[in-house]
Amino acid sequence: MIGAVLLGRNWLIGIVAALTLVLQVADAAADGPEIVDFTLQNGLEVVVIPDHRTPVVTHMIWYKVGSADETPGKSGLAHFLEHLMFKGTAKNPAGRFSQTLATIGGQENAFTTADYTAYFQRIAKEYLPLVMEFEADRMTGLVLTDDNVLPERDVVLEEFNMRVANSPDARIGEQVAAALYLNHPYGRPVIGWRQELEKLNREDALAFYRRFYTPNNAVVLIAGDVTGDEVKALADKIYGPVARVAEVFARVRPQEPVPVAIRQLTMADPRVAQPSLQRSYLVPSANTAKPGESEALDILAQVLGGGETSRLYRALVVDQHIANGAGGWYQGTALDESRLGVFANPQPGVTFAAIEAAIDAVIDNIAESGVTPAEFERAKTRLIANAVYAEDNQASMARWYGAALTSGASVEQVTSWPARVRAVTPEAVQNAARMWLDKRRSVTGYLVKELPGNQEKRS
Amino acid sequence: MNLALYLCLRRAISVALVSAGAFVAFACSAGATTIERVVSPGGIVAWLVREPSVPLIAMDFAFRGGATQDPPDKAGAAAMVAGLLDEGAGDIDSKNFHERAEAKAIEIGFTATRDYMTGSLRTLTENQDEAFDLLRLAITAPRFDAPDVERIREQTLSGVRRATTSPNELASERWWATAFAGHPYAQPPRGTLESVPAITVDDLKNFVRKVFARDALKVGIVGNIDAAAAGKLIDRVFGSLPEKGALSPVANAIPQGLGQKIAIDLDVPQSVLMIGGAGILRKDPDFMAAFVLNHILGGSAFSSRLYREVREARGLAYSVYSAVMPLDYAALFMSGTATRSDRTGQILEIMETEIRKMAETGPTEDELTKAKSFLIGSYALRFDTSTKIAQQLVQLQLDELGIDYIDKRNSLVDAVTMADVKRVAKRLLDARMLVTVVGKPQPVTAKGG
Repeated sequence: MIGAVLLGRNWLIGIVAALTLVLQVADAAADGPEIVDFTLQNGLEVVVIPDHRTPVVTHMIWYKVGSADETPGKSGLAHFLEHLMFKGTAKNPAGRFSQTLATIGGQENAFTTADYTAYFQRIAKEYLPLVMEFEADRMTGLVLTDDNVLPERDVVLEEFNMRVANSPDARIGEQVAAALYLNHPYGRPVIGWRQELEKLNREDALAFYRRFYTPNNAVVLIAGDVTGDEVKALADKIYGPVARVAEVFARVRPQEPVPVAIRQLTMADPRVAQPSLQRSYLVPSANTAKPGESEALDILAQVLGGGETSRLYRALVVDQHIANGAGGWYQGTALDESRLGVFANPQPGVTFAAIEAAIDAVIDNIAESGVTPAEFERAKTRLIANAVYAEDNQASMARWYGAALTSGASVEQVTSWPARVRAVTPEAVQNAARMWLDKRRSVTGYLVKELPGNQEKRS
Repeated sequence: MNLALYLCLRRAISVALVSAGAFVAFACSAGATTIERVVSPGGIVAWLVREPSVPLIAMDFAFRGGATQDPPDKAGAAAMVAGLLDEGAGDIDSKNFHERAEAKAIEIGFTATRDYMTGSLRTLTENQDEAFDLLRLAITAPRFDAPDVERIREQTLSGVRRATTSPNELASERWWATAFAGHPYAQPPRGTLESVPAITVDDLKNFVRKVFARDALKVGIVGNIDAAAAGKLIDRVFGSLPEKGALSPVANAIPQGLGQKIAIDLDVPQSVLMIGGAGILRKDPDFMAAFVLNHILGGSAFSSRLYREVREARGLAYSVYSAVMPLDYAALFMSGTATRSDRTGQILEIMETEIRKMAETGPTEDELTKAKSFLIGSYALRFDTSTKIAQQLVQLQLDELGIDYIDKRNSLVDAVTMADVKRVAKRLLDARMLVTVVGKPQPVTAKGG
C-alpha cells in the first residue's frame, strides 16, 4: 500500500510497512543470541549476531545515508549510487566482486531507503574474509566511468518504470507521502522524481559517495556461524586500515511544522480495477518519540490493522461488509517523524465516504474507550513472538539490527524492545490514538479508475 | 534412517578466485543438521530435523492436487479452499479461530498452487498443543460458513479484477491459456471473473474430500522435538484423514502455440514480455544439466548471459530472467523481462539471439565451471532457517528424491559435463517458443530501436 520505500538492486526486498510490526528483535534477558558490538579506530561500528546452526554467514554493511540525505534537485541519487557501487574499483575492476560470489555460491544484493543504504552477501562461512575484503575495498575505492554509469541510469529508469510508472498503487503512495511531508525530505520518493533521475550523472554520484561513504558513517552486521572474537580479528585486519575520508555531521533534516490541515487527494488511472483508499498520519518514530510512545504506537497499529482480528478488518470487511481488504501499519524505524497508515479496498458500489466514516468510527472508538484486555494482550503477544521468530533467520536478524542502528537506535535499544513492549499500558495505547490519530495530521489518498464528475459522489 | 547434511564445497574452484586477493582455504563443513524419517504410530511418514536451539516448531506439508483439481469452469476453487481453511473449523467460528491463533502467535497458512495444496504452521514450542489442534480442525473440519465463503469470494474477486489490468498477470495468463488450451493448467489458479462467482460450498467440500488424504500427503517438521513427539503431533493433525483420496486424473501435457507471438494492448509505459517453451521434467536424467544450463543463461542474478547482455551492457531492463519449471504434468522453460515500450522489439531480438546462441554453441568451460561451483556452494543457503528447512523437506519428498538426496545433490551438480549441457541446450533451447507481450502497441516496423 505504501509503495516501494525499500529499493533493491534486483528485486523488491520488501516493503517497510510489512516489516514495521516485526521490526525489533531478541529478548535481551532470556535466551536470545549473545550480541557483540564494537567500534574500530576508524569509527566503523561492527555488530556480530552468532547463529551456529548452519555453516553460513550473512555479511552486511549499512551506510547511514539514504534518500532523505540527498541535496534537493538530486532525488534518487542515494539509490542510483547503490547501483553504481557494483561497478568496481582500481583493485577489483567491474564485475569481479559479483563474479567471485557467482563462483563461490554467494548471494548478494543491496537496498536503499530514506535513511540508510545497505549491501549484503550470504556465503559459506569460510568466505567471510573474502567478502569483507571486497566490501572494505569499495568503501572508498569506487571508480566510475560514463561507460558504466549511463547504462546503469537506464537500468534505474526501467526500475522506476516497473515499480512506479507501471503501478497506480505505487504512484498514489508517492503522492500521499509527498503531501504529508510539507518540509521534510521523506516526501521525496526513494527512487527519485523522474525528471531529476534522468539527469543524474557520474559527478553527482561520486560527490555523494565521497561525502557519505567512509568507515565512520557505516555499520557492519555479521550474523551466522561466527564468534565475536573471530570477527573482531578479521575486522581489525580488513576494515581497520580503511581511512576515514570524510567528517560525519549530525543528520539534521528540515523538520515538519505542526500539521494543521486535513488533506485529501484523488488520483485516477484507467487501469485501476480495484479502487482503494489509504491514509497516512504523521507520528513519532522510535527515534523521535518520548519513552514508551513508539511501543504504544506499535501496539496501536497492531490492534487497529494487524490481520484478521484487527479492528479495521473486523469492522469494514467482516461486520459491515463494505471492504474486501483493510488494515494498518506503523513504521517505527525512522530517524525523523514517521507514519502510521490505514487502508481499505471498497467493495463494488461502496463510496469512499462510507469507508471513511467506518474508519473514523473505529479510530474514535479506540480514542474514546481504549482497547479491550483481550486485544491488547493479543497484540503484545504477537509483537513479542515476532522477536522470537526472528531469531530463526540470521538474515532477518542482521537486517533488523542494521535498520535500527542506522535510524538512531543502539544495540541495547533493539534488544530491550520486547521488554518495552511488555511495559506498555492500555492507557498509553489509548493516549497514542487520541494524540496522534488526529485527522489534521493526515493525508488521505483515493485511487480511482476515473475522476468523478462534478455532481457524482466518489465511488 | 539418519543422515547428516554435509554442506561442503568439494572441488577446488580456485581458478576463478586467484585474482580475488585474501582467500581462505576450502573447507568442508559438516552441518549439524540431520534428517530423520519418522513413521507416526498411525503410519504417516514425515521427515524431521531436530533443532534444539530455537524455541519454535515449523511444519510444512503438501497434498498432491492443487488447482488442477478445480472442477471445469470453477477455476479458483482450490484457491478459495486455501483462503477458507482458517476461517472457522469444528465448533470454532472464524472470529474465534483467528483470535485463538493470534492469542498465541500461531501462524497457519495455506496456498493452492497448480499441482499442490500446501500448508505451513509456525508456533512457539510452548504453544504446540493449541497450534496442532487448530491445524487439525482446519484440515479435517473446515466450516465453510456462508458469510466467510462470501467474504473470501469477494477478496478473490478483488484480486482477479486487479489482475485484469496488470501487465505481468496478463502476460502470464495469456501464456498459460495458450500453451495449455484444454488442459487444467490453462486456467488461472486464482480463478476468473466468470468462474469465481460460480463456485459453491459443495465445490469447496468436494475439493477437500478429493484432495485431503494420507496417500497424497508429504510432511516436513523442524523443531525441538524428537521422533516420538513428532509422530504424535502428526497423527493428531492428519491421523483421521482418509487413507486414499479421489484425485481427478490429469493428463500430461506439452505446451502448445509454440512459434506464436501474441501482443496484448495495455496503456503502460513499460511492456512486459514472457517467452516460454517445453522444459525438462524433474525426473528426467537431464534435469540437473538443464538446471545448470539455465543458471548460465538466465538463472544467475548478476552474472547470467541475459543479465549481461540485456541489463549490464545495454541498460534495457531492470529484471531479466530464465527458469526451468518442472510441474507434475508438464515441464517448461520460461524467460521474461520488461522494458520501455519503444525498446520491446530490440529486447525480444536480443533475448532470442542469446537463447539461440546458447542452443547452438552451449556455454564456455569457464561459465560451466563457475555455474557448478555456485550451485554447489549456495546449496547450504537453502537450509539456514527452520522455515526454509521445512519447505525443503517437503519439496524433496514431492520430487521423490530420497532422504539421502541432500547428501548426493552437490555431487550430482558436479557430475554435469559439457557434453551434457550442450545436449540439453539443444533439447531445451533449439525450439520454437511462445511469446506474449503486454504493452502499448508498437508500429510493425519498430525493430532494433
